[in-house]
Amino acid sequence: MGSATPGADGLPAVRLTGITKRFGDLVANDGVDLDVGRGEVHALLGENGAGKTTLMRILYGLTSADAGAVEVDGRPVTIRSPKDAIAAGIGMVTQHFSLVRPMTVAENLALGRARGARLDLEAARRHAREASERYGIAVDPDARVGDLSVGEQQRVEILKALARDCRVLILDEPTAVLVPQEVDALFATLRRLIADGLAIVFISHKLGEVRAISHRVSVLRRGVLVGTAPGDTDEKELARMMVGRPTFGVSRPDPIAHAADEPAVLQVTGLSAAGAHGLPAVRDVSIAVRAGEIVGIAGVSGNGQTELVEVLTGMRRPTAGSATVGGTPIAGASPAAVMAAGLGRIPEDRHASLVLDLPVELNLVMERIADFTGPGGLDHAAIRRNAVELIARFRIKARPEDRVGTLSGGNIQKVLLARVLAREPRAIVIAQPTRGLDVGASEYVRGEILARRAAGAAILLVSEDLDELLTLSDRVVVLYEGRVVGEMPSEKADPERLGLLMAGREVAA
Amino acid sequence: MSTPAPLPKVGSRGSALRSTIAASGSTLGLGLLAILVALILTSPVIIIAGASPIDAYANFFLVPLSSQFRLLEVLVAATPLILTGIAVAVAFRGGYWNIGAEGQLLLGAIAATGVGISIPADWPPIVVVPLMILAGALAGAAWALVPALLRTRLGIDEVVTTLLLNPVALLFVKALVQGPWRDPGGITESPPIVEAGHLPQLMDKSRLHLGFLLALVLLVIAWWVLSRTGIGLRIRAVGLAPHAARFAGIRVERTLLGVALASGAIAGIAGVSEVAGIQFRLTSGISAGYGYTGIVVAMLGGLSMPGVLLSALFLGDLRVGTNKAESALDIPSQIGAVVQGVILLCVVGLLAIRRWRISRSDRPADEAEPPAEDERHLENAPA
Repeated sequence: MGSATPGADGLPAVRLTGITKRFGDLVANDGVDLDVGRGEVHALLGENGAGKTTLMRILYGLTSADAGAVEVDGRPVTIRSPKDAIAAGIGMVTQHFSLVRPMTVAENLALGRARGARLDLEAARRHAREASERYGIAVDPDARVGDLSVGEQQRVEILKALARDCRVLILDEPTAVLVPQEVDALFATLRRLIADGLAIVFISHKLGEVRAISHRVSVLRRGVLVGTAPGDTDEKELARMMVGRPTFGVSRPDPIAHAADEPAVLQVTGLSAAGAHGLPAVRDVSIAVRAGEIVGIAGVSGNGQTELVEVLTGMRRPTAGSATVGGTPIAGASPAAVMAAGLGRIPEDRHASLVLDLPVELNLVMERIADFTGPGGLDHAAIRRNAVELIARFRIKARPEDRVGTLSGGNIQKVLLARVLAREPRAIVIAQPTRGLDVGASEYVRGEILARRAAGAAILLVSEDLDELLTLSDRVVVLYEGRVVGEMPSEKADPERLGLLMAGREVAA
Repeated sequence: MSTPAPLPKVGSRGSALRSTIAASGSTLGLGLLAILVALILTSPVIIIAGASPIDAYANFFLVPLSSQFRLLEVLVAATPLILTGIAVAVAFRGGYWNIGAEGQLLLGAIAATGVGISIPADWPPIVVVPLMILAGALAGAAWALVPALLRTRLGIDEVVTTLLLNPVALLFVKALVQGPWRDPGGITESPPIVEAGHLPQLMDKSRLHLGFLLALVLLVIAWWVLSRTGIGLRIRAVGLAPHAARFAGIRVERTLLGVALASGAIAGIAGVSEVAGIQFRLTSGISAGYGYTGIVVAMLGGLSMPGVLLSALFLGDLRVGTNKAESALDIPSQIGAVVQGVILLCVVGLLAIRRWRISRSDRPADEAEPPAEDERHLENAPA
């Protein structure tokens, strides 16, 4: 997009000067300067832990800075709480929405403004409709928030901030939860808002999006502002600023030739399962994954991927159908039986798959405690040797005795990878392998997945990152409302066609 | 990633308080601070009771340590507390919230008495004592079985069921001593148990008995199992993160059931120790709330076995001291229970504050953990 548009009086809408924040030994922000003009989308780019979110939490009053100043419209302000931030005209939409799900959109908007004990629902509904029209953000004031899609809920969050007369809007990784079509809708909304003179801070670590929407990009690395560049800066240049070195994407070697009658290592047949409220979540899904092959599952979150992975990992009983690994049935089996059949499991919720309060070395043996138990109890020497070896092999930045909960997201994922891949499973189910990881860690994880493919493992990959899915997978299967609605070699899958299938628009042959 | 500070999740089993306790590992410093705060908070009660807090605390804590006889009495008072403390700590470490040690202790006492009054008087102690201990352990485990099955099979909260079985157990004791086991002498106590069932005294002129050594042995075993064995690792994993434990192939329900029964058995042995070491018969006052005090012992000791020993000795000291203070300062011995209760509240309060501060400020926002949702998959997971 074009260059920055400063305010009529030349003053930026918000200016941060010398923001410094320490957490113990860690410097999250080190003298960061940032300004955002009216009518500007200013992207904040950086790896995980670079300090983007900390900086914006300081601006929104969720965290207090150790040093530095904030100016809004040229006037210094003191922000001690979100209340102060809102009063100064700053709004923030986080990835985790603060909406009351059983209430309607109008009621949620009213909650943000309610004064006193009385609530005039008719006025609330009118306000919601007015705000919705004024900003061109289409939402039904009477819809229950719990019934809305994630993209719609995000719109309600944005409306909530706008309804409080915010002039600076902070969006923390707003696209992390959206499908491609919803991203386009969000960007259209943002363009309308900047046309109205709003200043927008857009936190992301996706280069493509940053270039698509922002006027300027500020890059943070380890708490330090590396630089501010125009929004149309070359992707490679931005990546270099972000990680301090050029990144090279992994690429998938040529597929291994398969005989037509070669049996699949991981065979899912007619599988159905119920979801959280007993409603069908997986419906009659059949997928075959052969040795040395990666099959990707595409789909918007909530279309049965989670439940499918839970069934395959032994954490949920299917209601119908079967799944086998090397001929051994695993559907409905216990996690221990699933592992014994040769399946390695790396689910999306890595925090819930490890015991965060126990050290790395114990988590690394958790799937096979019996192998590390001798007549005198646990063999601590063997456990330590195992940990030292895996930490070196998987380049985990941790000591064996560190509690897993103290590690960064990338290192937590590496602990899980190490635990699973060290057993050289012949089939692997892996979901959202790089979600929340920085570029370096993501590349590492993808490289490991491809290495297992080269070693002949059958891999079922679930990911919401389409670029990742298309890069890694030999074939892509699209899930919509729990059903397989499309399957194609990844060469023939372009993001647009996948996006349509994922949104349930087209039933492909 | 950019997660806001975790919100406490309120649920039947996944409550913030319980996850705080399971992951507590409270330190000596935290325990001492809790005691100090509790003493300050209890001072007004002592002043109302008509004594100076300084005098009272000197009587509570220092006087019992002033002679060998009193010191040994502290060990006598600590014996049931070590046992119930182990019972509670083992259960809590596994994430099983056994509040029923009191009832399990009473059932152990009933079983020991049953053996002790019905066994032929000429059987040797080497047979009778182990038999009583075995019977008490089995009875304690049996009393723990129903709540444990309700929890592991039907997901019914064990806090309520174990707690509610405590008065039932006491009524059971009362029914026995007023009915079938009523002493022919007419008082509402059981007849005395056979001589061979008496736990041997460890020293002359002291009530200190074999139960104290038994408690220490069980303490060491519990420590070894929890920290040095595969079973212990499974128990800790289940207590800290049941979902992750299940995912790693650990049979969570079986582990919980085992922990619940072991906890009940150890509490039952506490009942055996009181019958066979102190009272030599069943009375309705056989337990002075030892099962409940075990919760304080376990929490104050940070659920660790060395901690359990230290806090049981401390609370044994307090128990002896409050009895002394009753005669010396004319203040009711119930003040001791008040101090104990306030200590428990202070430990839990300090743990919660510490946890809150960690989650709020000691971690950069980018690394904040997602809200704990440890048990959201339990309902659909294979048993």
